[in-house]
Amino acid sequence: MLYAVELLNITKRFARTVANDKVTLRVQSGSIHALVGENGAGKTTLMETLYGLYQPDEGTIRIHEKEVSIRSPHDSIRHGIGMVHQHFMLVGPMTVLENIILGAETTRYSLLDFKKTTAEISELAGRFSLTVPLSEKVESIGVGVQQRVEILKAIYRKADILVLDEPTAVLTPQEATQLFRILFELKEEGKTIVLITHKLSEVMAVSDHVSVMRKGKIAGEVETSLTTPEQLAEMMVGRRILLRVEKTEKKSGDPVLAVNKLSCIDKRGVNVLNNISLEVSSGEILGIAGVEGNGQSQLIECITGLLKPTSGSITIDGMQIAGLSPKEVFARGLAHVPEDRIKRGLVVEMDVAENLILGLHMQKEFGSRLSMNRKAIAQNAHLLITKYDIRPMNPEALARGLSGGNQQKVILARELSRNAQIIVASQPTRGVDIGGIEFIHRTLVQARDAGKAILMISADLNEILSLSDRIAVMYGGQIVKVFPDNKVKESELGLYMTGSRGNSAQRASDG
Amino acid sequence: MISQIFSLAFLAQTIRITVPYSLASLGGVYSERGGVVNIALEGIILNGAFCATVGTYYTGSPWFGLLCGIAGGLLVAAIHAAISIHVKADQIISGIALNLFAVGITKFVLEILFQSSSNSPRIAGLPYIKLGFIKDQPDVAHLLGNPLVLLTVLIVVASHFIIFKTRFGLRLRSVGENPEAADTVGINVTSYRYYGVLISGVLAGLAGAWLAFDQHSFTDGMSAGRGYIALAAMIVGKWNPLGAAAACLLFGFAESLQIQLQGGTLPTQFIQMIPYLATIVVLAGFIGKSVAPGADGIPYEKEK
Repeated sequence: MLYAVELLNITKRFARTVANDKVTLRVQSGSIHALVGENGAGKTTLMETLYGLYQPDEGTIRIHEKEVSIRSPHDSIRHGIGMVHQHFMLVGPMTVLENIILGAETTRYSLLDFKKTTAEISELAGRFSLTVPLSEKVESIGVGVQQRVEILKAIYRKADILVLDEPTAVLTPQEATQLFRILFELKEEGKTIVLITHKLSEVMAVSDHVSVMRKGKIAGEVETSLTTPEQLAEMMVGRRILLRVEKTEKKSGDPVLAVNKLSCIDKRGVNVLNNISLEVSSGEILGIAGVEGNGQSQLIECITGLLKPTSGSITIDGMQIAGLSPKEVFARGLAHVPEDRIKRGLVVEMDVAENLILGLHMQKEFGSRLSMNRKAIAQNAHLLITKYDIRPMNPEALARGLSGGNQQKVILARELSRNAQIIVASQPTRGVDIGGIEFIHRTLVQARDAGKAILMISADLNEILSLSDRIAVMYGGQIVKVFPDNKVKESELGLYMTGSRGNSAQRASDG
Repeated sequence: MISQIFSLAFLAQTIRITVPYSLASLGGVYSERGGVVNIALEGIILNGAFCATVGTYYTGSPWFGLLCGIAGGLLVAAIHAAISIHVKADQIISGIALNLFAVGITKFVLEILFQSSSNSPRIAGLPYIKLGFIKDQPDVAHLLGNPLVLLTVLIVVASHFIIFKTRFGLRLRSVGENPEAADTVGINVTSYRYYGVLISGVLAGLAGAWLAFDQHSFTDGMSAGRGYIALAAMIVGKWNPLGAAAACLLFGFAESLQIQLQGGTLPTQFIQMIPYLATIVVLAGFIGKSVAPGADGIPYEKEK
């Protein structure tokens, strides 16, 4: 058996933590090897060490059965390693072509030889069905295309070992399927692929072998055909875990949030919301599925008072809230878990206790205009940290230092402590690990069972399908389809999400 | 009156003002395209002028003086580069500190060398190329025949190709836009940032030398804000060599118009506003959005 990559007893320490602890990983040549684990398990660190972005403190690296020393990406590229990072390493204002050749340029009379490289790249792109617009600027193309640019970039450098870090995080189901086809083609050509992911369905569908990491160590390695998602999940978390959300039949009551014929034209004159109507009743979760950028963000912003709609109405219990300020909207019984937790959910330079009262700070119990009641704030923090299992269990920890899952728990704890009757949750588990997802999902279902009306927006179809009582699909600023239950196939949702089906606007108020 | 204003002498005046602006502004383009904000241009110009004067005075050779001017600019740029790239300090503060330092040190050494705190003795200018077609106006002939004028034009055009069509330019831009991306394809971010800042030292040093030769001496604080105007021109020119040079030409034109119109019927206060009004009008009306390189002014931290 030939190994393309052997990482032997790799240890990497950062200031106080051990990111990789004597990790050994062997990847067979010409195979697709999945590397799974929760956020912070050390997968990315391990692969960035292989790519030369970090120097291991201990251990050796062997490439094609030969020991090598990789001090920088320059070395790893020389050894035929390519990496597609989770956050794409592309230069936005430069063209696709410039991005692909960057660092591996061909010149003619000291000028860049665009003609020759264009021909070379077009040939490669054709061979692996990686169509990209070479003369477009990277910032003006979609993420799916950007990813193809990243893969081309690696192949152009003659990489025969390709590492992809969470490649499907930003893709639609259709784009993900296309990516997998590309990966299979690359494998056919004899390339070795390491796939970092935490989506177990992908692991099962694509990989030949799986290595599971937990807390910086390898928790197990198996052949994909000999394992199950449940078994992998258990290895990842270290305990049995429920991949399905347990949920009883909904007992929904009266509609509390109603959006009627809502339209919004943005500063550029684009019709970002087009005649949207929907209703959310108490005791139900309405899930809105859709590819990002189809008006979901604007819908949420209109409802929460961050954006003024051009026309239409939004009511809570029949009271008009369209055009009110966020503070006034919240006062009428709405809670908001924003899609971007760093930008809108938290003040990351403040500590957990302070973040737990953001927006509630004007309430009498937490202080007056001139002073804050430190004791009440600490008590509140203590209560919520325990109830929501926020770690570290330190109210004075800066929000910046928390993991994504714990940051999200802080926001959820705060918003649910408002005791609002409506919860608007946008991408509630983005970048959250399996354990955290389980907790957040359970919390949302509990809130629903307690009679809250929940409007959830998510790009993660699994989440939409497992949590929602009803599902609406947004495309091009419209609601193109409403399913009265969650018994719909992922592929069918995908068709509506990409606009291939359902052109006429539908009302989401039936049901 | 119009013909009097737009004469050969007016053209010469415009060029005289534009040359140092353009050189410094191009310097800014190289530095900031690589991701280092270079407000130290002002100090680089001043030190370049001083070193060019001293070099010429003691050797009698303006060519050697020119080299000294470049070296003087390089020195200040190197300090700025080390502070910005190695120490990762705030680039604006480093720039301001160096500008203040340049004012002080040049005055101090001026006093020691020439026992004057205001100006140096007279130095020779650069030899000029004889232009046969201008006979009656020796001043204009001297200026248009100045090899630095030709050199500046060459540098402007070459810079366009260097920044946009060469391997060096592609890498420099990538380092200024997204150093992490550059790092992951094996580009040495630190080196390229140094190259950008050091080139700005050479170019702004040349700008200083031009001032010294043009005036045939060094006077205290003779950069007189030109570094800042060069930076403004760079922004108006959207960090493009040709754009920056065009903006400098516009500023040079407005300034020489102001000089021409003085002593005329219009009140001087209004005339003195011309260059600034021109700047505001151009900025507000014609240029559109000018976007700085993505990582301009942000030090690169390798290990997160």
